[in-house]
Amino acid sequence: MPAEIPADSIGVVDTLTFTHAEPFLLQCGQTLPGFELIYETYGELNSARTNAVLICHALSGHQHAAGYSSPADDKPGWWDACIGPGKAIDTNLFFVVSLNNLGGCHGSTGPLSTNPDTGEPYGPDFPTVVVADWVLSQTLLADHLGIDRFAAVIGGSLGGMQAMQWAIDFPQRVHAALVIAAAAKLSAQNIAFNEIARQAIASDENFLQGRYADEQQIPDKGLGLARMIGHVTYLSDDGMREKFGRELKSGDLGRGDDVEFQVESYLRHQGQAFSRRFDANTYVLMTKALDYFDPARDTADSLVAALQPAQAKFLIVSFSSDWRFSVSRSKEIVDALIAAGKNVASAVIASDHGHDSFLLPLPRYVEVLRSYLRCVHTEIHTAGTT
Amino acid sequence: MNLRADLELIAGLINPKARVLDLGCGEGDLLAHLQSNKQVNGYGLDVDAENIRICLDKGVNVIEQDLDEGLANFENDSFDMVVMTDTLQSVRSPDMLLKEMLRIGEQCIITFPNFGHWRCRMQLAFLGRMPIAKHIPHTWFNTPNIHLCTFRDFENLCADLNFPIIERRVVDHRNIESPLGSLLPNVLGTVAFYRLGRTL
Repeated sequence: MPAEIPADSIGVVDTLTFTHAEPFLLQCGQTLPGFELIYETYGELNSARTNAVLICHALSGHQHAAGYSSPADDKPGWWDACIGPGKAIDTNLFFVVSLNNLGGCHGSTGPLSTNPDTGEPYGPDFPTVVVADWVLSQTLLADHLGIDRFAAVIGGSLGGMQAMQWAIDFPQRVHAALVIAAAAKLSAQNIAFNEIARQAIASDENFLQGRYADEQQIPDKGLGLARMIGHVTYLSDDGMREKFGRELKSGDLGRGDDVEFQVESYLRHQGQAFSRRFDANTYVLMTKALDYFDPARDTADSLVAALQPAQAKFLIVSFSSDWRFSVSRSKEIVDALIAAGKNVASAVIASDHGHDSFLLPLPRYVEVLRSYLRCVHTEIHTAGTT
Repeated sequence: MNLRADLELIAGLINPKARVLDLGCGEGDLLAHLQSNKQVNGYGLDVDAENIRICLDKGVNVIEQDLDEGLANFENDSFDMVVMTDTLQSVRSPDMLLKEMLRIGEQCIITFPNFGHWRCRMQLAFLGRMPIAKHIPHTWFNTPNIHLCTFRDFENLCADLNFPIIERRVVDHRNIESPLGSLLPNVLGTVAFYRLGRTL
């Protein structure tokens, strides 16, 4: 924790565990004997239980979205820029719930958990989980917390896909869905990047077909490489030029150093740091969930038909330099929602930071979220009093 | 809330529960009014960040989209009414946009400042300068208005495109209907108000 907790921070937060002790049938046909979800909450649930907001995390996210995990923690949660008292997702107004998804590696049941059938970690045997499974598991957490209906379900990237799925699968339980830097399905190019990342992991000699945990090994090289590939696609050409240019690490060329350019050193650091805090099997599982997401699959590829059941109002946000989940992919969602006659608003935020923009406190982006959620708060309040 | 006079005029022409698209919706006053008074959940297009933020505050369905990039993303007949107030003169291709409006909407309402107003004519004729008036307040070098026209110009375009004019009204710079302007619209009218339909 910094010397003093900033006034707009939620402060030190507790990590909570929700246990679902019943069998849970997944879309893939397999059944988990039960599961645990690890989560955090910020703010107070009002007496009418109408002010809850669900935060859905992206590929490498987790439950710790805001505040500090302990007094010794020097870094706040991954979306602390937007969640806290007086911030865009205002914990003075909303009761914010943030969890680690099923299959994650930050405490929820996933590949690192013990398979009760074998007594060993699930590892690669952890069943395939798709976005709809996550959403269903999140409804069980909501039931546990006494939340019938979320004022808003919010997510960026893979998290935005969850917000969309929520609105489709549980129309009565979502007032507003905020879908940020997402897509209705991945493009072939996007799936290709995920596949390269998975192959990088699989080619690590310590991966051992995913059984590395049994042998106390970590495929850190492969996972680090996967992250480096991902990281490049989350930035933009302009953003990287501005951040690194062609700066040399040592100041002169051809010294034969292994790492010559700043960008190389940065990427290696990112890869190494990531491989220490993330699980390779989870990375494979999460990228697969991204690849499989396609709500229009059951409606003859019509996104309009897929969105028809939704009753939520939608906010679709995209970023100008995001090429991994480009503005045009968000526009497809907007157009489908308009064609389906749904309430939708959209904003295209000018930014040089590529896909990563959705995690950054860009002034216009923050104001868009703030304005939209202020209106959501008024609407749920009005609905509660009439 | 007092609705701008021209928006009041437009709201009066829109049926309850109609499907409405507002091009250049600004701060979303028309749509907010239709939403609370006519159960109309229309959509507005705008590109100005502050306008969009204000629309979000009001719960208006605002879509960030540049009219100059066209309306190809909207399907044929997807709206009952397509509205464009005080915007025609600043788009790149007014004729194309007009065609698009009547492709996606059954009717459209358009308002624009009349460049044929006598004050404009006088300034150009006697001072030899680009006109500045209450309804056209910009100087020539910083105006967003790149396609100014007159009542007569607009009606000629509608004739060329074969779009029937359902009604024409003349309003003043405060957007209040002007009986005097109606006598000689092209000379005395400040703001033109047209409702167009499709070719029968």
